Amino acid sequence: MKYAFYPGCSGEHRASAYQDSLELVADFLNLELSPIPDWNCCGATEYLSVNRLGAYALSARNLALVPKGCDQVVTSCSACYLNLKKTDKILAENPDIAKDVNAALAEGNLSYSPGIYSIRHILEVFINDIGLDAIKGKVVSPLSGLRVAPFYGCMLVRPNNGYDHPEFPHTLDDILSALGAEVLTFSMKTHCCGGHMSQIKAITGYELLRRILGEAQGKGAGIIAVTCPACQLNLDAYQDDVNKTFGTNFRIPVMFFTQLMGLAFGLDRALLGLGKELISAHEVLSFSKGLQPGNKIKKDKSKTALPASGAKKR
Amino acid sequence: MGVYVCHCGTNIAGMVDVEAVVKAALEFPDVAVATEYKFMCSGVGQEIIEKDIRDLKLTRLVVAACSPHMHESTFRAVSARAGMDPYMLGMCNIREHNSWITDDKLAATKKAKALLSAAVFRVRRQRPLDPVSVDINPATLVVGGGIAGIHAALEIADAGHKVYLVEKEPSIGGHMSQLDKTFPTLDCSACILTPKMFSAGRHPNITLMTYSEVISVKGFIGNYEVQVRRKPGFVKTELCTGCGSCQQICPKKVVDTVYEAGLGYRKAVYSPFAQAVPKFPVIDAENCLYFKTGKCMMCEKTCPANAIDFNQREKFLDLKVGNIILATGYNLFDARTIPQYGYGRYPNVFTSLEFERMLSSSGPTGGRVVLRDGETRPGSVGIIHCVGSRDKNYHEYCSKVCCMYSLKFAHLIMEKTGAEVYNFYIDMRTPGKQYEEFYHRLQNEGARFIRGRAAAVMDTPFSKAEEDKLIVQVEDTLLGRQRRIAVDMVILSPALEPRADSREVGRVFGLGCDASGFFTELHPKLAPVSTMTDGIYVAGTCQGPKDIPETVAQAGAAAAHVLSVIARGKVELEPFKAFIEKGSCSGCRICNGICPYNAISFLENEKVPEINAALCKGCGTCVAACPSQTITAGHFTSDQIMAEIEGILLDVKQESNESSTTVKGGKS
Repeated sequence: MKYAFYPGCSGEHRASAYQDSLELVADFLNLELSPIPDWNCCGATEYLSVNRLGAYALSARNLALVPKGCDQVVTSCSACYLNLKKTDKILAENPDIAKDVNAALAEGNLSYSPGIYSIRHILEVFINDIGLDAIKGKVVSPLSGLRVAPFYGCMLVRPNNGYDHPEFPHTLDDILSALGAEVLTFSMKTHCCGGHMSQIKAITGYELLRRILGEAQGKGAGIIAVTCPACQLNLDAYQDDVNKTFGTNFRIPVMFFTQLMGLAFGLDRALLGLGKELISAHEVLSFSKGLQPGNKIKKDKSKTALPASGAKKR
Repeated sequence: MGVYVCHCGTNIAGMVDVEAVVKAALEFPDVAVATEYKFMCSGVGQEIIEKDIRDLKLTRLVVAACSPHMHESTFRAVSARAGMDPYMLGMCNIREHNSWITDDKLAATKKAKALLSAAVFRVRRQRPLDPVSVDINPATLVVGGGIAGIHAALEIADAGHKVYLVEKEPSIGGHMSQLDKTFPTLDCSACILTPKMFSAGRHPNITLMTYSEVISVKGFIGNYEVQVRRKPGFVKTELCTGCGSCQQICPKKVVDTVYEAGLGYRKAVYSPFAQAVPKFPVIDAENCLYFKTGKCMMCEKTCPANAIDFNQREKFLDLKVGNIILATGYNLFDARTIPQYGYGRYPNVFTSLEFERMLSSSGPTGGRVVLRDGETRPGSVGIIHCVGSRDKNYHEYCSKVCCMYSLKFAHLIMEKTGAEVYNFYIDMRTPGKQYEEFYHRLQNEGARFIRGRAAAVMDTPFSKAEEDKLIVQVEDTLLGRQRRIAVDMVILSPALEPRADSREVGRVFGLGCDASGFFTELHPKLAPVSTMTDGIYVAGTCQGPKDIPETVAQAGAAAAHVLSVIARGKVELEPFKAFIEKGSCSGCRICNGICPYNAISFLENEKVPEINAALCKGCGTCVAACPSQTITAGHFTSDQIMAEIEGILLDVKQESNESSTTVKGGKS
């Protein structure tokens, strides 16, 4: 299986830690990713609401440029994933739109016939092509004791992507568990991080962030693991602003899940982009002192308690 | 031969040009008369046919109408009344197989003609047959000891006939025995059920077979042979007095996922509840310390009647019965399947059955409404309707009882705790006697109703007021806005779904299941408890979600069917049997081995096989397998089938003749 890789714009600058760690981990797991040459922006979340045909043409161009021999297109950014997948589906279902898009592509001597590639997020490739057992088998420094809040964001699993539950997904939880981390049951795992709201109407974006960070802090998370550059940026860069706005005291490092994979595989910390985050994860990820768990919330169970819910029926 | 084409109102005539079909029929061989009528099955329609048979001395008949499942018996009766052999009738299905499944009128008319010519060609070859009559065994098997099974068993037993009541749990009672009160009257479930359980247990005509399962069924109406597997309970029931001392002394506590729905415990030796019928406990070998470690035996030491017997083995019992009623009930949808509602994750999310046990005065909390800690009274409770029902991702159907029991919960919670109760509903569905009135009563009592399917239950507070609460996120579709309702306790009302093994059970009894997995009745309106297999009936929730009154009505109807068959004493079977022309049989015995009904034996002295007509189902397996073609299936002879094929292809034959003519004419 050959994978064409679409890195997306954030991977080049803000989220370079994501792309660097991803390439390192993919290499370590013998996943061969061939970059799509001369790729362009996916249109992010806005362009589709401004100019549909233009937005479809942007994504279709990326798909038209997939190198020969690849039947899989992989990306690491949730917005890019959604845009590529959506474009492919819309074009496949609407020959008229496909015709218009191809007329635009023809200007650059390109064409695209929808439905020929599987378009996948790297998380799913790890889960289904590498497998949890193989991932577990490669772990040399288990993340034991690290309390991680898994955060999927809103675009990775919705609408139904077919490999995980759209309302309460578990694949990121599964990978983090395989790495040895203590994974929190995170109710906010599919909520919106605010996207670009932090630039449009900051207070609205901050409120969304406060909710997510609030649960993470309340449940004693040492770290938040994310699958999307926008989620990382928002949760990491605006913690101080959120604190100033709401009088909170959040200080939770936000890392890409690929960085945690690399760490557990014993790969080079600097190459994994550790330290590029704004809220430093240095302390919580310092193995020399033992991984620092967050505050363990103690559970008390009274003598009169009823049996735990959801006992499997025999 | 007479041909009768039915309009079925507009069901057929709206799509098929019936006049053209009649015209075509008159061209078919041997057709003396062809006519159409609005409703052939009506009295007037039947009289038209009867008159023609008498006046024109018809000997064969084709009725082009609905499925033979619907009205073949009607028109056979018409034939017989008019003095014609009923097996010289052919039903031509131009409704289910034609007009209902297309919107192309030309194609529908063409297909109707083809099906009709097939029927005419076939009926020309049909031969008179003699029906087979068999005696009815008056004993009845009832499978499932819930309220449906108990009610049906009592009706039949009270009429003086033998009933075997098979139940897989250690006690009869079913789901109804788990309920506290019943809607809308709020009468106590146990008070109305346990007397019936007791009657069933001591009735001289009822043999209770608890902790047992039916593993095979053979035979046909009036003459079923059933094998039942009785699991070992490791208690000698002839000695046990039901004193309960073994349950007290047993050191092994197990979460009771059946009777207590996971909310309470039982012991490894247990009787599910105090009013259990029969009263004898069973030892659950999976959890018993003696079976695990070889030690303990506390129950054996304690039992004053010496009734414990660790050496019991499972038993296989053979029963002969004439009729069978299936009343195997339902399963509750596993609420963990919808993870965003948090069941199994948040302790204070409960399922409806758990909550029934909590309400019950004999349940784990003694009837107190408390949180999972067993102490704290909730100040607010959210009830989420349609969990897994009316949802394309899970079950598309409505589970019918949830709105009503959710109202019952709301009433009892407010009565017992004074808590605020929020119902999250899509539509309130309260048809039924006194049901809508109960809904109004709850509105007046102050229960809150929020219209919208709940999106999620979460434990993440967005504000101070939400701290330490469960928050139900919902779109209030009447307000047109998102709301978050913070509560202490959430109750999920999960769908009623078929038993997990309903398809396998269906295969054992020869029953079909619908797309959801519920047993299929013979006709949804006119034969709601009969099935495609004569002598096998369904009652209660194994046929589809329903409440207690409806279940009891169905159980009574199934019992009435059985009593009517018993009263007839004999039943006529379809004479579609295979027979062997012994002269040309080589005695190869291939047919002996492949008969699925064991109807073929081998006569050693004559060196030929013999088919038992009472056992033969006319399936045709032996006919197809016989290398010397000496076996014929009555009513499905080779010449009848070939004629049918010739008939259905008649128009193709005509078209190809015409086109070869046109080719000759020089057109291409």
